[in-house]
Amino acid sequence: MKRMHRSNDTKFVVTDNRWIGKNTMMMMVEGPTDEFSAPGQFVNIAIPGFTLRRPISVCDIEGDTLTIVYDVVGHGTEALSKMVPGDLLDILPALGNGFDMSRCGERPVLLGGGVGCPPIYSLAKNMIAADILPTVVLGFNSDDRMIMIEQFENLDIPFYVATVDGSYGTKGYVTDVIRQEALNPDCFYACGPLPMLRALCSQLDIPGQVSLEARMACGFGVCMCCSLETKNGPKRICKDGPVFDKENLIWK
Amino acid sequence: MEVKENRVSAPDLSVSLSGVRLKNPVIPASGCFGYGYGMTEYYDINVLGSISFKGTTLHPRFGNPLPRVAECVSGLINSVGLQNPGIDEVVSVELPKMREAFHGPIIANISGFSVDEYRECCRRIEGEEQVAIIELNVSCPNVHGGGMSFGTCPDSVAEVVRAVKEVTTLPVYVKLSPNVTDIVSIARAAEDAGADGLCLINTLLGMRIDLKTRKPVVANVMGGFSGQAVFPVALRMVYQVSQACGIPVIGCGGVTTAEDVLEMMMAGARAVEVGTANLINPWACRDIIDSLPEAMARYGIESLASLHD
Repeated sequence: MKRMHRSNDTKFVVTDNRWIGKNTMMMMVEGPTDEFSAPGQFVNIAIPGFTLRRPISVCDIEGDTLTIVYDVVGHGTEALSKMVPGDLLDILPALGNGFDMSRCGERPVLLGGGVGCPPIYSLAKNMIAADILPTVVLGFNSDDRMIMIEQFENLDIPFYVATVDGSYGTKGYVTDVIRQEALNPDCFYACGPLPMLRALCSQLDIPGQVSLEARMACGFGVCMCCSLETKNGPKRICKDGPVFDKENLIWK
Repeated sequence: MEVKENRVSAPDLSVSLSGVRLKNPVIPASGCFGYGYGMTEYYDINVLGSISFKGTTLHPRFGNPLPRVAECVSGLINSVGLQNPGIDEVVSVELPKMREAFHGPIIANISGFSVDEYRECCRRIEGEEQVAIIELNVSCPNVHGGGMSFGTCPDSVAEVVRAVKEVTTLPVYVKLSPNVTDIVSIARAAEDAGADGLCLINTLLGMRIDLKTRKPVVANVMGGFSGQAVFPVALRMVYQVSQACGIPVIGCGGVTTAEDVLEMMMAGARAVEVGTANLINPWACRDIIDSLPEAMARYGIESLASLHD
């Protein structure tokens, strides 16, 4: 059985919070990270003055430092962007299932789109540590929206970028990279906007795991606000996901 | 009274609902705690007085399209739409798992879109171990009554209560909707029809619009508003109904702290349900129970039951 989550007395300390893109920030917090069990899990962050926590996927874990990357899209994330080192955050860690690396093939391709790239970084790092050699393909709308390029390059694995407007890398989508570079993967892992995930699931005839998102209230499986109809019945994106097998998804 | 050695005697937190003894008045509200067992990752749920499980209908329901939640100041709007696996699966799959994790009295929250549906659900849960109280959610639309919610009409509330009382031996509590002109008349109708108790309030009908898209935030346009913001409204209604009715009232609506529990009980509630607070702080109910003794001491309350003497 899963270990019990630590009590709410535990707080995380902000150690860094900076812009890494036009609309995107990277935040590092220090606190207990031992509850995490898989890349692709997320945290749910309480932001002072706001009722709902903000669910944000985990980009990296190094010792007791947790890195998250988030787009500033509304008042909540705007408030989060103003946090400074030393600020304390009430964070529910280690939520959701995460990616399953145990069912990885020989030639995995990892695909990230926009602010869906951060969990792909964590997954790539974990695969490398497990002696799996992944290929990473990231997609962005344009070069001014790109994030984490240097971090991915530093992983020293096959790495490609696509931009919709062709301002950097391959012109088009991540699926165009797979075709043009003849990557020939035998499984895929993806996180990004729904149209990208839909395209991958319909175009790649190989097993895949995709990470989904939804507006959530609790983030730990009791409110049913993020339910998804799957081939195995209704599932909660926060608790049964956010990662789902391609085979179980129903695309409408 | 028994006083344990080397310990200050703990105040008496126990309460009774129609003869069902709860070791404390704190009950996670329906829809905010699932069937309980999922929350054992956070704390031992056996500290709870009871648990009101996720509202159950006769047939499985997926519920409303997403998004189902909208943030508000000191609260939130939800329009889950009674997603549940249906009464048979609740009885055969969810209840056994719930009983494994929780050993106290269980409140079965039952919903229906017709009088027959309420009756059939109650019939199928009758005799299930640990199920101690039936809680009727009368906020769903009545398909035979032009889609108007059962809870907005004294006659339909009475009809549901009478129908359910025919098939169950358990105490029947009616969870009242606040979206009515006169909550007291609905409460009295429930009492006159034989209800053993009342629970109030359910969520307030609310709405948010996204300024960027100019469209409602929740897909179902409107939803139920809950959270700390509704506490004064809930407290007022608990007070009015407690004054007017002789059956026990469970107070519900925005309860977040031990002080809120005491305030609800001073307004007349015999026990208290905690809803939205669980979604923000998974330890909310445990925290409230832990801080009740200190809060009681601060206000000179020796036992919760004494608040109603």
